[in-house]
Formats: sequence, structure tokens, C-alpha cells
Amino acid sequence: MSDNLILAPVFIHLFIAIFQLIAWRKTVTQRILSVGGALVALISAAMLFTHVYVHGTITLNASNWKAPFSIVFVADLLGATMVVLTSIAGFAVSIFSATGLSRQRMLYGYFPIFHFLLMGLNGAFLTGDIFNLYVWFEVIIIASFVLMTLGGRRNQLEGALKYMSMNILASMFFLTGIGILYGMTGSLNMADLSIKMHDVQNRSLVGITSVFFILGFGIKSAVFPLYFWLPSSYHTPPSAVAATFGGLLTKVGIYAILRVNSLIFIPDDFTKKLLMVMAVLTILTGAFGSLNKMNIRRLFSYLIVCHIGFMVGGIAIFTKLALMGTVFYLIHDIMVKTNMFLISGVIMQLRGVITMEKLGGLYKEYPKISLLIAIVLLSLVGIPPLSGFWPKVYLFREAFTGQHYFFVAALILGSLVTLYVIAKMWAEVFWKDIPADVTVDNKFEPLPFLRKLLLLIPIGILAIASVYIGLNAEAIVQIVDRIAEELIDTSSYINAVFKK
Amino acid sequence: MRSSILQTATRYLLPILLLFSIFLLLRGHYYPGGGFVGGLVASIAFVLHSFANGTDATMKLLRKKPLSLIPVGLGVATLSVLVPVLVGLPPMTGLWLEGDFPIVGSIGTALFFDLGVYLVVIGVVLTILFTISLTDD
Repeated sequence: MSDNLILAPVFIHLFIAIFQLIAWRKTVTQRILSVGGALVALISAAMLFTHVYVHGTITLNASNWKAPFSIVFVADLLGATMVVLTSIAGFAVSIFSATGLSRQRMLYGYFPIFHFLLMGLNGAFLTGDIFNLYVWFEVIIIASFVLMTLGGRRNQLEGALKYMSMNILASMFFLTGIGILYGMTGSLNMADLSIKMHDVQNRSLVGITSVFFILGFGIKSAVFPLYFWLPSSYHTPPSAVAATFGGLLTKVGIYAILRVNSLIFIPDDFTKKLLMVMAVLTILTGAFGSLNKMNIRRLFSYLIVCHIGFMVGGIAIFTKLALMGTVFYLIHDIMVKTNMFLISGVIMQLRGVITMEKLGGLYKEYPKISLLIAIVLLSLVGIPPLSGFWPKVYLFREAFTGQHYFFVAALILGSLVTLYVIAKMWAEVFWKDIPADVTVDNKFEPLPFLRKLLLLIPIGILAIASVYIGLNAEAIVQIVDRIAEELIDTSSYINAVFKK
Repeated sequence: MRSSILQTATRYLLPILLLFSIFLLLRGHYYPGGGFVGGLVASIAFVLHSFANGTDATMKLLRKKPLSLIPVGLGVATLSVLVPVLVGLPPMTGLWLEGDFPIVGSIGTALFFDLGVYLVVIGVVLTILFTISLTDD
């Protein structure tokens, strides 16, 4: 029976969405359903995680067919961790959207689509079938198209067009790769593929297929040279949407690269080199791109790209410690990046603009809020003992011992640029006096106390999560250590699927 | 522009198409057909009606907004997926009632899943088409 727990995070979001569709245009009901439901989903995700942590990987054969013929849902430690992170971020964003989003957007069905998106994310993290993974990706991108275009402003549609065309291209690469895989092995079950790939004689075709997957997932996770759609679309939707996108969507790509490259393809020298070149260039372009951005959300978008490079680099090295660094960074990044976009939303409420030239004086006016934000910014930069520091230790170490000096240089440069732009942003937005010619459009001050609090609580939740990850790094390292172990030695995953 | 030929033909075609859609829905488990195709045929029946008599007349015929069919269909499909969990089997396991039933053949969870798909397809197609044709006016 406990195996059915796997699908709880998926079905809870589906039910929330259905009930919200029934309560169409009743925004108060929808908001209550969203926040309450997200909390229930978070609890179920936590239960799933503890179960997996204590008892090991669990699987569920949908329709009661035996693997490899059924669609298998697998909750290994990596999948369960991702579901927990998604649920925490989803819960925070849900509170934030319930208070911060305009009524107009809710009337046009923001909440049901948001929960369909979270359902898709949870499904993608839990499926053990490569074609099913594709289907979840489709659920995710369809939901995200709607979220991105909801509101229908001109620049939103422009951003959505780039986003959509690149993502459809990515899906086509992904689908082509699946087609070739199926042609070679006759199986779509990832554990089964993992066994059968060893026997495939045509190694060059295997190499080409792995490139198809890297291309497809690379576009989705915004690596060089396929990242340009991200900074040109993520600043257009409202902050709550951008937070979900920035925090979670690109990370699904990283998750998929990790999953596919550990189970189906074991990275050979060519793949590693390819990933490494992509990682270094991603870090550099992301970092340089962020240098001259004055729009805060654009700046954050480039930082997303930059930090994606850190994780891809860890996968490229593919040693246990490097994978630990990657997964640890993933955990840290989801919390922090979601929070960054929520913060940009609060700044938008406080000042009505998010370009740095027109901002200033926030520290003088709102010292407490500023300090809360400072914690998040410091975690992002990776000041010890906050959460961004620990994964970098692993990445640096492995890059050095593996003699990937370009990656070391890129890591240093990426971290320094992050520090520089965040320091610049802090000075411009919080310390500098507000420019004399700017009239402030403060939507925050007239709000009742409860709504002010509800806007800040999600940032607080995610900040506490970041601080917890940083201060309690030992516990996280234990989890991450087991995840990396499972990624390198996949036998526990395969045995769980075939119930050996 | 109203054509009396189309209007008269629709009067007969609408029930026939709806019957045909239900036929497709019911034979879907073992033969070509199923909820998706059935739903499309059913929505074509209403689209034809709206061509002949105008979208407003079709809205009146349907009484409720087609949008409300989407959650109902999703709910039916999801519940049919979860019914096996109650008897301790994994979700989506096909459970069938013993014996044959007239017209339907056999009744099982798969039939209700198809019924859910059928409703969702009608809801989505009609919502899209009505939205387009109403903004045109």
C-alpha cells in the first residue's frame, strides 16, 4: 500500500486543479484551495521522502502490469528530494500568488494551470519510463505557455513566442532520441534500457542518441549556446510565475540530464568533454550577460544561466564528489532562485519599478525586509556558512583533482561576477538614496498588515530553507552522498524496478 | 447567413452524430474508437449546429457552459484511475464487473476513464470554438 504514496504528490495537485476548475471565477475559493492543497502536497511529499530515506527506493507499476511492460513510477532518493523541493517552492509561490497576483489573472484560470504545472513537475521527477517523462515534459510546457501568456501584454507574447519555439524544438530532439532508443532496444523503461544498452553493438549510434538527449534537455535547462530564450522571456510574466519558472523549470532539465546520463548512457569521454565545454561557456556567457543588466529580473535570469553551468560542470566531471556537488547545488538553487524572483515581486510592490536606476533607499525605509532579503542574497553568493558555499567546495575540489582548469577558472569567475552583480544590486536598490526625479508608486504601504505579512512569509519560508541547508549542511551532505552513490551505482534503482 | 438546407439537415444530423459518438465511445476498449474520437464527433455535432443556427442558439441548447464539462470529465477519469487503490491494487488497474450488460457490453474502470476523456474533449473543443466565434461577432 505504501507504494501508492508515490503518486500522492501528483494526484493531490490534479485534484486541486479539478476543484479549482469547478470553482471557476470564484477567486477566494481558488486561493484557499491553492494554499491548503499545496500544504497537503508538501506533507505528502515529506512523507514520501522519509519513506524513501528509511526504506530505500520504492516503485509502483501503473495498471498492475509487470515491469518493463508497465509504466513504472519510481521514487528513488533523487526523485523524492526533487519532489520535496518542488513542494516547498510550490507552497511558497502559492501563498505569494494568493496575495500578490492581480484578480484579473486569477479570473482567467491562473491557479488551476499553476497546479497542473506542479503536477507535471512531480510526475517528471517520479516516472521511471522515458516516454512518460516526455509526456510530463509536455504537461509542464503546455502549462507554462499558458502561465507565460496569461495577461496577454505585448512583451509577454514576444517572450512566450521565443520560449515556445525553443521548447518545441527541444521536445522534438527529445522525442527523436526516444525513437532511436526504442528502435535500438525495444524498450522505454529506463531501468530496462539501462540493462539493454550494454548489449547494443552500434556504439556510434548510442553516442549520437545521447547527444540528442543532451540537446533536448540542454535547451530546456538553458545551457550555452541554447540559453538565449531564457533571459528574453523570464522577465515578462509576473513575479510569481517567474519564480516557478526560474526556480523549477530549468532544473527539470538538469534533473533529466542527470537521470538519463546515469541510467541510460554512461558518459564517455566525448560526452564529458561536450558537457564540460557547454558548462564553461554557459557560466561565462551567463556571468558576462548579467554584468550590464539594470532590470533586476533580467539580471536574475542571466544568473540562472550562469549557475546552470555549475551543475552541468559537475555532471561533466562525473565522479561521486562532483555529482554530490551538482545535486547539492540543485537543492540550494531551487530554493534561492525561486526566492529571488519572489523578492523582485516584493520590490515591484514597494516601488512600482524594477530597474535599478529608478530604485533606491529601501534599506532606510524597510530595514527588516532588507535584512531578510540580504540573507537570501548572501546565500546566493555563497558566503559560508550559507547554502551556496558547500556545493562549490565539492565542485572546486573535483575540478582541481580532475585537472579541469578551465572549469576551475569559470567557477571562480562565475562566483566573483555573481558577488559583484549582487553587491551592485544591493548598493543600487537598498543603500543608494532614491533618485530625486522618481515618484514612488508604493502599492505595499496601503495594504492591510495581514496581506503585507502574507507577501513576506513565502520569502521567509524559502530563506529559512536556505539557511537550514547552509547551517545543517551535514544532514544535506548525507542525503546528497546517498543520491550520488545511487547515481553512480544504479543497481539499487534497477533492482527496485524489477522487484528483485 | 442562414441556409435552410443546412438547418434542416442539422436537425437530423445532430442526434445521429451524437448517437454515433456514443457508439464510438462504447466500442473503444477493444476496437478503434474511444473517448477521444467520440468526444470529437460529439463536438462536431454541436459545431454543425452552431454553423446552422448561430453560436447563441447552440449555447442555449447546451444550457451550461462547455467549460464546466472539463472538471467533470477530469474528475470522472481521475476517480476511475483511483478506484483500484481502494481494493489495494495499483492505480489504473482495469477492474471489470462480472457478466455482460446490454448495449454497453462490459462495465469497468476503463469505460469510465474513456467517459471522462469524452467529456473533457467536448468541453475543450467547444470552449475553444465558442471563444473564437464569439469574439468574431
